[in-house]
Amino acid sequence: MNEVIVKVERLKKWFPVRMGLFGTLLGRKELFVHAVDGIDFEVGQKEIFALAGESGSGKTTTGRLLLRLIKPTNGRILFQGKDITNLTDTKLKPLRRKMQVIFQDPYESLDPKKLVRSIVEEPLIIQGIIGKEAEDRVYRAMEDVQLVPPDEFLLRYPHELSGGQRQRVAVARALVLNPEFVVADEPVSMLDMSIRAEILNLLLELRDKYDVSFLYITHDLALARHLCDNMAIMYLGEIVEKGPVDSVLKEPLHPYTKALMLAVPVADPTSRRVEVVIKGEIPSPINPPSGCRFHTRCPVIIGDICRSKVPPLINVQKNHSVACHLYVK
Amino acid sequence: MALLDVQNLRTYFTTMSGKVKAVDGINFDVELGKATGLAGESGCGKTTAALSILRILPPNGKIVGGKILFKNKDIVTLDDDEMREEIRWKEISIVFQGAMNALNPVYSVGNQIVEAIRLHEPEVDERQAWERGEKLMELVGVEPSRLSGYPYEFSGGMRQRSMIAMALACHPSLLIADEPSTALDVIVAAQVLKLMKELKTKLNLGMILITHDLSIIAEICEKVAIMYAGKIVEYGDIVTVFKEPLHPYTRGLIGAFPDITAERTRMISIPGYPPDLLNPPKGCRFHARCKYAMDLCQKEEPLFCELKKDQWVACHLYSEGKIQKH
Repeated sequence: MNEVIVKVERLKKWFPVRMGLFGTLLGRKELFVHAVDGIDFEVGQKEIFALAGESGSGKTTTGRLLLRLIKPTNGRILFQGKDITNLTDTKLKPLRRKMQVIFQDPYESLDPKKLVRSIVEEPLIIQGIIGKEAEDRVYRAMEDVQLVPPDEFLLRYPHELSGGQRQRVAVARALVLNPEFVVADEPVSMLDMSIRAEILNLLLELRDKYDVSFLYITHDLALARHLCDNMAIMYLGEIVEKGPVDSVLKEPLHPYTKALMLAVPVADPTSRRVEVVIKGEIPSPINPPSGCRFHTRCPVIIGDICRSKVPPLINVQKNHSVACHLYVK
Repeated sequence: MALLDVQNLRTYFTTMSGKVKAVDGINFDVELGKATGLAGESGCGKTTAALSILRILPPNGKIVGGKILFKNKDIVTLDDDEMREEIRWKEISIVFQGAMNALNPVYSVGNQIVEAIRLHEPEVDERQAWERGEKLMELVGVEPSRLSGYPYEFSGGMRQRSMIAMALACHPSLLIADEPSTALDVIVAAQVLKLMKELKTKLNLGMILITHDLSIIAEICEKVAIMYAGKIVEYGDIVTVFKEPLHPYTRGLIGAFPDITAERTRMISIPGYPPDLLNPPKGCRFHARCKYAMDLCQKEEPLFCELKKDQWVACHLYSEGKIQKH
């Protein structure tokens, strides 16, 4: 693979659970939400890396960690080879130019009281880019996201735009600084099917034009299939399977990945129907199940080993690895 | 005879800037034990159509024309009391969009179901209503003892199931589900879809399923109506419409779906945006985004006609004698 832009090693984020005064006085054991619990992966240059899983699996927390919006509990984050795990805010600021984010909900992520112009311009001002250069960059970003002619959109408020146009503004805001790495957190899940493809094709075009790498957070495996290069499936803070998209989705190995794929409805009334092979919902990350975290819902549990021993992430085929006792030889 | 027969329904909203023709002459029907899907982009009038059927439109919305025949009775002509006492919940109920957040957080789920039962059937006493609540919870797959729990103690899937239980509280024959699974996770959504499918057969329910996600319609429905800008552009049997879509918009929508099993391809989208319903374009409302648009499309509105058995379409490509296949 080509140059690695972001690499995480044994990354962990535990959030303390508030216990209140009584809990503290009574000396109750401190509890933690194990949001991200020891994950490793890397995103190469120009790569779109998908992080998939149910809500509560730790995808968004991982995204926030990579951008260092929050501080990891343990592990390392390397950005272009540089350890940014413990950098202070002042030291992070110049790096923020290179990493940006697109949020899920374009109805909430844009300040309703600001003009599109100020929204797109804000990152530039924060980074001290002003005047003619700032203006040129705003226009270029607007053209890149196909909000043309820019003058028609710059003096509007977010409420005057459609959902798809708003998300384009959010993309323009993320790209105005020419970042090298963008975290896209479910950027299309709030949009209609018919315009999702447009936004995603736009991301692909921008990737090719500016060599941006993306961490694409999603629960939609079908979209990941058409957009991403490599992917990792997360479950309760851990990566259960990772590898090239083609390999993971064509020959899923982990029972959880298989279950996720069977649960995706297909827009064809004559093809296979949705199958629900796993019961219940994701358990609480405060006290995650012992052994393999998926054992409480797993349809093919093989024995006590699943309950007692954590399966290691092992390489099964080229770059395709899985954490499941079924594949431990 | 169809359970529900919507004929040329038109619902307009009066706003400060003029009349918004949210639903402008739609026709479809629903049969007992069968589901009809209403699909289309946001703002195409799907939810307005549902609210019109229940007659719970906001104050500025009004049904200005057409008929809604429910069991052969036009419910547009009923007065508000008759609607409340005879139709709503007892005959037609709805599971709202974002139902997960539609439960009142300060009452237990049981209380809310009992309230729905006792409001519509005052002769039922508190205890009987609670027992019925327990049976309903069992029916939708929630442990009946959880009835006394509060919404915050429920997971998203359980809340959605409770909302479905509440909608079934007075044994309706028609259930409207507005985006029943969009806010849920993949696996939980699949569980809810499976439940809806089972209920349809088990209780012989007629169903209207509103969603922008065609794959959900493919999963549950027997018929589908594709809506665009307040009109139905294509309507018919689900297999026919999905296998041989006629209207360019339907084709675009189906093409916009990523297929998890297919080879990697560039995703297809429909360029442009839906029109402003304050001032809908003349002729066919889709013409500005249609790659097959002809002069005629800008001038004349296409008729909604049955091109072949169980497949209706409103498009000039198929006007008499000019049937073209692509």
